[in-house]
Amino acid sequence: MKPFENFKSRVVVFTRPNVDTDQIIPARFLKTTGKEGLGDKLFHDWRYNREGNPIFEFVLNSPATKEAKILLAGENFGCGSSREHAPWALIQFGFKAIISTSFADIFRQNALKNALLPIVVSTSDHVRIVEMVTQDPKMIVEVDLEKQKLTLSQKEYVEFPIDPFSKYCLTQGIDEIQYILEKEDRIREFEKSHRLLIDTRRSNN
Amino acid sequence: MRIRENRKTIIEKVWDQHIVFEPYEGLDLLYIDLHLIHEVTSPQAFNGLRERGLKVHRPDLTLATVDHSIPTTHRNLVLSDPEAKQQVDKIGKNCTEFGIPFYGIENERQGIVHVIGPELGLTQPGMTIVCGDSHTATHGAFGALAFGIGTTEVEQVLATQCLLAKKPKTFRIQIDGKLKMGVTSKDVILYLISQMGTAKGAGYVFEYCGSLIRSLSMEERMTICNMSIEAGAKAGMVSPDDVTFEYLIHRPFAPKGKKWEEWLSYWKSFTTDELASFDEEVHVDVSKLEPMITFGTNPSMGIGICKPIPDPSCFESSGDQQSLKQALEYMALETGKPLLGHPIDVVFIGSCTNSRLEDLKSAAKVLNGRKVNPRLRVFVVPGSMQVKKEAEREGLDRIFKEAGCDWREPGCSMCIAMNGDELNPGEYCVSTSNRNFEGRQGKGGRTFLASPFTAAACAVTGKITDVRTML
Repeated sequence: MKPFENFKSRVVVFTRPNVDTDQIIPARFLKTTGKEGLGDKLFHDWRYNREGNPIFEFVLNSPATKEAKILLAGENFGCGSSREHAPWALIQFGFKAIISTSFADIFRQNALKNALLPIVVSTSDHVRIVEMVTQDPKMIVEVDLEKQKLTLSQKEYVEFPIDPFSKYCLTQGIDEIQYILEKEDRIREFEKSHRLLIDTRRSNN
Repeated sequence: MRIRENRKTIIEKVWDQHIVFEPYEGLDLLYIDLHLIHEVTSPQAFNGLRERGLKVHRPDLTLATVDHSIPTTHRNLVLSDPEAKQQVDKIGKNCTEFGIPFYGIENERQGIVHVIGPELGLTQPGMTIVCGDSHTATHGAFGALAFGIGTTEVEQVLATQCLLAKKPKTFRIQIDGKLKMGVTSKDVILYLISQMGTAKGAGYVFEYCGSLIRSLSMEERMTICNMSIEAGAKAGMVSPDDVTFEYLIHRPFAPKGKKWEEWLSYWKSFTTDELASFDEEVHVDVSKLEPMITFGTNPSMGIGICKPIPDPSCFESSGDQQSLKQALEYMALETGKPLLGHPIDVVFIGSCTNSRLEDLKSAAKVLNGRKVNPRLRVFVVPGSMQVKKEAEREGLDRIFKEAGCDWREPGCSMCIAMNGDELNPGEYCVSTSNRNFEGRQGKGGRTFLASPFTAAACAVTGKITDVRTML
């Protein structure tokens, strides 16, 4: 994994609350066995009409959205299904960070594992950012993971929390599987004394 | 030290038992006892293993089946959808290559992953269980810590049998009281979610306790744990008791003879200590509960079936108000109007929430000797081959067929609508599944979540109906 690089970008405002992963990527697109080709399907049923043509009013179809790497989302973003296709689709569309007041647990985990940064801000900061972007849709926000800081203007910034391990992995480009594999001795040691009963290969009757 | 030992919740007991070590401050390497996999969230994980040249660390603690994208029409059918076929073929090949036991489409143990784990006796108290599926919480009914994970984590567990995770906060949900006739555990969980909202459980694991929980069968407890995720919790658990052990004793993967006795005393240690404290607690009494039904587009938008559709202004947060307005627009429903009598087009009885034998029995109780409204499509989809076999042995299939229902093969079917079982745009469906999100049962489809009792009653009348008038 490449280390996360700080970046500057325009912001797409889509603050609908409780957006579930079925909306981010509808289940019928989960029949793929790869990770590719999901960006076009992002928010599919909100983005396209019955004939498959883009719905102009939907914010992700606006031409200005194309360059934006930050999605300003509503509360409890990513609730519902555990599908990792949701962050894959968001990333393939071009997003690198999502700002919200809260995220669903599994979505947040999945996002972090794909270097899509879930940034939690307070309700008042959220309102402020919405206000600023509405006033100036071309406003550029800088995401600094090292300093855990969103720079909104020369004078204004917002700090955000992130758990230390995720920050370490993202900033150093640490691959979690590799990290765990390096602890293999500890795992084998644990297995020697851990009580286990089942063997999925053999049932008792 | 000793005092602290006597003050643990079941959540902490299971967690602590599985900590390999703490590799990073505040983060545990957690050992996983059982990893269930299915065709949708695993192929990319196997690709990852191959790219890295890794093996599956413990194929003996891993089990695969197919449920999400398979047809429920005929079992011997060649999959007509090329993408679904590729996905189903792939999991078979991956399991052969990596030595993982696989219950494929023609196996007599195939079924929805959260139905077969418990019915085979693989799900046991004190275990850690994961699956690339958010309804893994179902297995918590046995006192296992079971939660859904993403595909990267599926790959991690395949490669190492471990996950890096932060210890969850604990949330006790005490449910007391006796259910009135026609009210089921599905109504209890729909009520709870309607009170808590979809996000209150974030960061927590629930423990359900209280006199109501103790009075429930394992299948009823599973229905409750299953929907913990709909309140935002990663997992929901019930401390095991005699009902749990009774359910387990003759299951294929349960220990036998002397081994049973040994494990029984170990399992009994996984109950919450009397003096344990929780980070959060709530207490509800369900004695007066009515059958519940959802009217909106997330599972927290639920009401007693005789109640009118609420007004958005009744909700405190502007987010909830906005969600409700959007939901009513999508559902084409009006504030203040009753749901009772609202016409429907489809009834779906199935899913990992409500497709077990008891669920089918309660639906059959209503449908016995009655006919479903001929205008409707009514799907009854058993949760597994075992459930199907038992239901047929008891003659339930005959009741369903004579009533005019479509008795189908096991799978997730119209809960997730990946396999062609789906609603048409604009159709209304009463469904025993767990999610009423926009388009969940097919693009443009509209879902009312309810119990198997209620679903069966609605199937007969063709409209939203209070099952208590039919029992």
